[in-house]
Amino acid sequence: MTIKFFNDPERLWKLFTLMLDGAGVTLSIFFLTLVFSVPLGMLVAQGRMSRRRLVRTPLSFYIYIMRSTPLMLQIMFIYFLLPQVLPFRVDRFWAVIFAFVINYAAYFAEIFRSGIQSIPAGQYEAAKVLGYTGGQTFLHIILPQVVKRVLLPVANEVITLIKDTALASTVAVVDLMTVAKKQVSSSSSIEPYVVAIVLYLVLNGAAEQLCKLAERKMSYYR
Amino acid sequence: MLCATDIHKGFDGLGVLRGIDLNVEKGEVVALIGPSGSGKSTLLRCLNQLETVDSGTIVLDDITLCRTRGGKLTYADPATLRRITLKMGMVFQSYNLFPHMSVMQNLTDAPMRVRRLPRAQATERARELLAKVGLSDKADQYPYQLSGGQQQRVAIARALCMDPEILCFDEPTSALDPELTQEVLGVMRELARERMTMLVVTHEMGFARDVADRVVFMEDGLIVEEGPPEQIFHSDNPRTRQFVGGN
Ligand SMILES: Nc1ncnc2c1ncn2[C@@H]1O[C@H](COP(=O)(O)OP(=O)(O)OP(=O)(O)O)[C@@H](O)[C@H]1O
Ligand SMILES: [Mg+2]
Repeated sequence: MTIKFFNDPERLWKLFTLMLDGAGVTLSIFFLTLVFSVPLGMLVAQGRMSRRRLVRTPLSFYIYIMRSTPLMLQIMFIYFLLPQVLPFRVDRFWAVIFAFVINYAAYFAEIFRSGIQSIPAGQYEAAKVLGYTGGQTFLHIILPQVVKRVLLPVANEVITLIKDTALASTVAVVDLMTVAKKQVSSSSSIEPYVVAIVLYLVLNGAAEQLCKLAERKMSYYR
Repeated sequence: MLCATDIHKGFDGLGVLRGIDLNVEKGEVVALIGPSGSGKSTLLRCLNQLETVDSGTIVLDDITLCRTRGGKLTYADPATLRRITLKMGMVFQSYNLFPHMSVMQNLTDAPMRVRRLPRAQATERARELLAKVGLSDKADQYPYQLSGGQQQRVAIARALCMDPEILCFDEPTSALDPELTQEVLGVMRELARERMTMLVVTHEMGFARDVADRVVFMEDGLIVEEGPPEQIFHSDNPRTRQFVGGN
């Protein structure tokens, strides 16, 4: 292994700032995906439990597609498809966000659905006889209990998502992975990968701590 | 006050209620007894709008919940149904407290959210009722920290916080051991003394005998016999006698 960065503080610092910029893009993909896919997943979960077959069936098909094909393929497909169906130019970054959002919404939808369905019927019945409306029941009685129950599976998805963001590099979005790849090929040294590994570890370490914190916050009842 | 006439209800073609007539007067305590599967819970659930009837008429305080005329069943409009909901309280066998809320929140959330009471007023009423069920010191606990009997007493207080005109109980003590059963029955006795209108499905024959003004014996979706406890517990009807004798 040839050492080209770790023995040259100036070069290392330059690499590091480049990689940090990439990590910033990685974080943007991460947060934007969560911000859109969590609410969308909740809507899909509701639709998936709809009494109407016309709502239910297309949604199960959507979930099936999202969970049964490679995310990498979905990203590339959407990246090439969007310019052909949309009348305006779509930035590659937003094409990737779109792909991540619809993919993760499908996974979240299934998690939320099983969470909602695990709440005993007695909770709905108690709310109904107390006069809560359907909306109040969901918002104030069911949802808080669902949040606690889905915390662990959602945390798993969050950690997977941080690693999945690297797939953005398949369409040359300049995320942490893309920067690392470029630096490795231009320097013929694998040190940039080492830096990338460290940065991913830091990101996931932080995410894990946040999930633990949320878990503690929810542990005031059983 | 509560008047149900000719209630029919079936599940998948199987008749569970096959023509029930039931009246409850204001201030009256009615005990509903009968073997398992006779349709007691189903009847309560129809009255509480947790199930819809197949046919029959239910009137509460001159407000019609549903009516059947010329073989055609019509339910009241949603606003009326809601008004009736607010007049009826229900205590379940499995308590169904909200686990993510403290005892105090369980008692004040519906009054504040549903009846739009100010917090101070809801809290004051909740404290009164907690004192009445003997749980003043548990206001800040969560349901999982309470015994079954304590949870059921909180559930009774929660129902009372809505100031219902009639309170229905579906086997409120059958998940409890004898000692805890007594604490819950004690609260119900107290309510009966205060002339709270109650309709109680129960297997506690002692309670039915001592507390109820009237006992209704149901079997196979029909009311076999009803009357004051002395009559039911010394019945000439062989089915009634066999049931109460065996209990
Ligand atoms: N949701 C339902 N779907 C199908 N059948 C039901 C449903 N609810 C009740 N039944 C049936 O209706 C019949 C009467 O049930 P119900 O619960 O009213 O009886 P019960 O008198 O309350 O009995 P128990 O003393 O055991 O509580 C039973 O045969 C039961 O299987
Ligand atoms: Mg029952």
